[in-house]
Amino acid sequence: MLESLSKGIQSLITRFAGTGKLTEENVKDALREVRLALLEADVNLGVTRAFIERVKTRAMGKEVIEGVNPGQMMVKVIHDELTQLMGGPDAEPIKFAGGGPTVILMAGLQGAGKTTTCGKLAALIRKKHEKSVLLVAADLQRPAAVEQLKVLGAQLGMPVHTETGMTPPSVCERAVARAKAERIDVVILDTAGRLHVDDALMTEVAEVSRRTQPHEVFLVCDAMTGQDAVNSAKAFNDRLPLTGVILTKLDGDARGGAALSVREVTGKPIRFVGLGEKLDKFDVFHPARMADRILGMGDVVSLVEKAQEVIDERTARAQAEKMFKGTFSLDDFLRLLQQVRKMGSMKDILGMIPGLGAQMANMPLDEREFTRSEAIILSMTPLERLEPDVLSNSRRARVARGAGVTLEQVNDLMRSFKEMKKQFGELRKMGVFGKLMDPTKGLQKDKEKELMRMQEAGVNLLDMQQVKAWRQFSGQKAREDARKQRKRR
Amino acid sequence: MFGKLTAALKEGLRKTKEKILGGIRAILPFGRDLDADLVDQLEEHLYSADIGPRTVGKIMEAVRAAWKNRTIKTTDECFAFLKAHVKGILSGESTALRRAASGPTVVLVAGVNGTGKTTSIAKIANRLKKDGPVILAAGDTFRAAASEQLALWADRIGVRLIRQDKGADPAAVAFDAVEAALSSKAAWLVIDTAGRLHTQENLMAELDKVKRIIRKRIPDAPHETLLVLDATTGQNAISQAVEFGKVLDLTGLVLTKLDGTAKGGAIIGIRDQVKIPVKFVGVGEKVDDLETFDPDGFVEALFETPETKG
Repeated sequence: MLESLSKGIQSLITRFAGTGKLTEENVKDALREVRLALLEADVNLGVTRAFIERVKTRAMGKEVIEGVNPGQMMVKVIHDELTQLMGGPDAEPIKFAGGGPTVILMAGLQGAGKTTTCGKLAALIRKKHEKSVLLVAADLQRPAAVEQLKVLGAQLGMPVHTETGMTPPSVCERAVARAKAERIDVVILDTAGRLHVDDALMTEVAEVSRRTQPHEVFLVCDAMTGQDAVNSAKAFNDRLPLTGVILTKLDGDARGGAALSVREVTGKPIRFVGLGEKLDKFDVFHPARMADRILGMGDVVSLVEKAQEVIDERTARAQAEKMFKGTFSLDDFLRLLQQVRKMGSMKDILGMIPGLGAQMANMPLDEREFTRSEAIILSMTPLERLEPDVLSNSRRARVARGAGVTLEQVNDLMRSFKEMKKQFGELRKMGVFGKLMDPTKGLQKDKEKELMRMQEAGVNLLDMQQVKAWRQFSGQKAREDARKQRKRR
Repeated sequence: MFGKLTAALKEGLRKTKEKILGGIRAILPFGRDLDADLVDQLEEHLYSADIGPRTVGKIMEAVRAAWKNRTIKTTDECFAFLKAHVKGILSGESTALRRAASGPTVVLVAGVNGTGKTTSIAKIANRLKKDGPVILAAGDTFRAAASEQLALWADRIGVRLIRQDKGADPAAVAFDAVEAALSSKAAWLVIDTAGRLHTQENLMAELDKVKRIIRKRIPDAPHETLLVLDATTGQNAISQAVEFGKVLDLTGLVLTKLDGTAKGGAIIGIRDQVKIPVKFVGVGEKVDDLETFDPDGFVEALFETPETKG
């Protein structure tokens, strides 16, 4: 059921493949699929309707260039419109106060993840902006919420302001005063979760806002929220001077249509996303990536950026050269393994590749296998690593004993290594893998653009035939051929 | 007629009703002939109640078929048809908790983060304690202060809590709790677990381990495995039920946050897509804000109209 949106888009492309332009009829058919898909992604009905209307106008308008694959055109229009709707290409940075402490107020429904997000935001502010943070426990409703924030504060080594026998607005006010006195740069107010229909509690949080005059007011919103997201977001927006939204639990498989709904009804940008339970699983929001996700298109851009962050350029270049020349040794293989691990869990990485995400969600990937592979390679002599062919059975048995694994496992690794080497040879011909793994080549502007265009068209980058077909199709020559064929008919 | 549904649940439902059926009654005014426009509007309203595209699709297919072959002609007939259809989706299995033939009945509670597991457990324990001694197990050893939260609840409702230090193996906590339940001859053992997204392979495996450890001492346990779902969750609720169902043999659902404007419509979609009965619904933050789910009463309340209210 989760893949229905991308399937909808896929069928849309197929449907358009044979036609030369977007007609009212085929746009209408395709949009019906998109509409269902958006609803299934939990985008609010009203928002969906408005969105479809906009896409229709744009698709039927002058932007449709003749000669371009209409399916691609359509997907592009949808993708652009989604990105636009979620707030332009760049996320806004946090607004810090000119003098005195910057006050950040966090509000939201119960269970959205406010307290955890406070900790994550605090960690980010300290790391990226090098500012000191005071966490304020103003959730006096939920049992042990104060305790939870204290534990987070201790983990981060940050002060936590707690007070008993006082109302949340007073606690917050005094916390801001404390920050001023102690010259702490940023104050984060963790308020209790509340239902937006709970008038008393809504008045209370509005009072907190009035008395502390926050510079940023974030609505913390669960990415899995359904149709009701618009109502709660609207209610919070009416009572609080919201400056942005933080979307949590995006590490699950929810498509996050709520993002679109919340953005549309509040008009406030989504600023950050929560991607896991650990305190560093927090990132600024990228509208284009969210559009990809809602459309089920994977996240190649993220993959490239992530790879770029961790892979040392020179090593990568040398490695790519070796891969291409076919002189890839087990030592290189080991380094590659270690770098891939640095990028994050295997699943995170593979999940970003379009077309793989869905399969990966159900495929248990054994991280232990990496450790095992490492142990096996490290048990080999330098000669064996350089010239794997010398590995006779007795040598393999020695390696197995050294690494504490079975002979079969050593054989398995050698088989995978050989297979990989062979595949590199084929990838070299296509030149695709080089772009993904080799930042020096991959980030050249035109090639990156090509990659993004392929991604937009929904091409599975690991499927050589699809890549080949796309290249042919998008090539000038292919277009001319097609035109000739049409004339002949 | 509404049996166990209390005022609190009704209040939660009132809002659901306004959403689903207030709207539907506005679309299907009394005594009018059905037309294509009305049917389309009906469909959109079902969508906005979080029933979900699949189930809405099924319901509307039935409605359209009945309309086409002239089984239903008027708005009133359509309303009745809809009610019968929804009833058909929801009715069926018993919502009572299964009991162990002898010894403690073990209830394992799981769900994604922030759905209200710990609060629901407190509420469930509060109900069960009338039926014999209850032991709670603080199996959420991950989230900061989770066991403190459960400890506060245990204290408030006066039941025993088995806990270990933060970061302990949840399976070990479960094992301790089972031992304690057996030796103290408790009637009920309710085990809390850490919230986890159903896409986290390793955490799902951890749940499986908890289950296996419990079975070492009580082979037919857990007698009830409840999945806690947040009623405000959209289509992902179905994914959650399916994925948790792969690891645990789910016997029931607890639907939380049904108060406020949370949509009861989710129940219909979930019951249609995953055949697991809803056993409890949470309707507030207080310890007795938990109701056993009564499907017939729910449908009646949902389809109650000003005229039949009386």
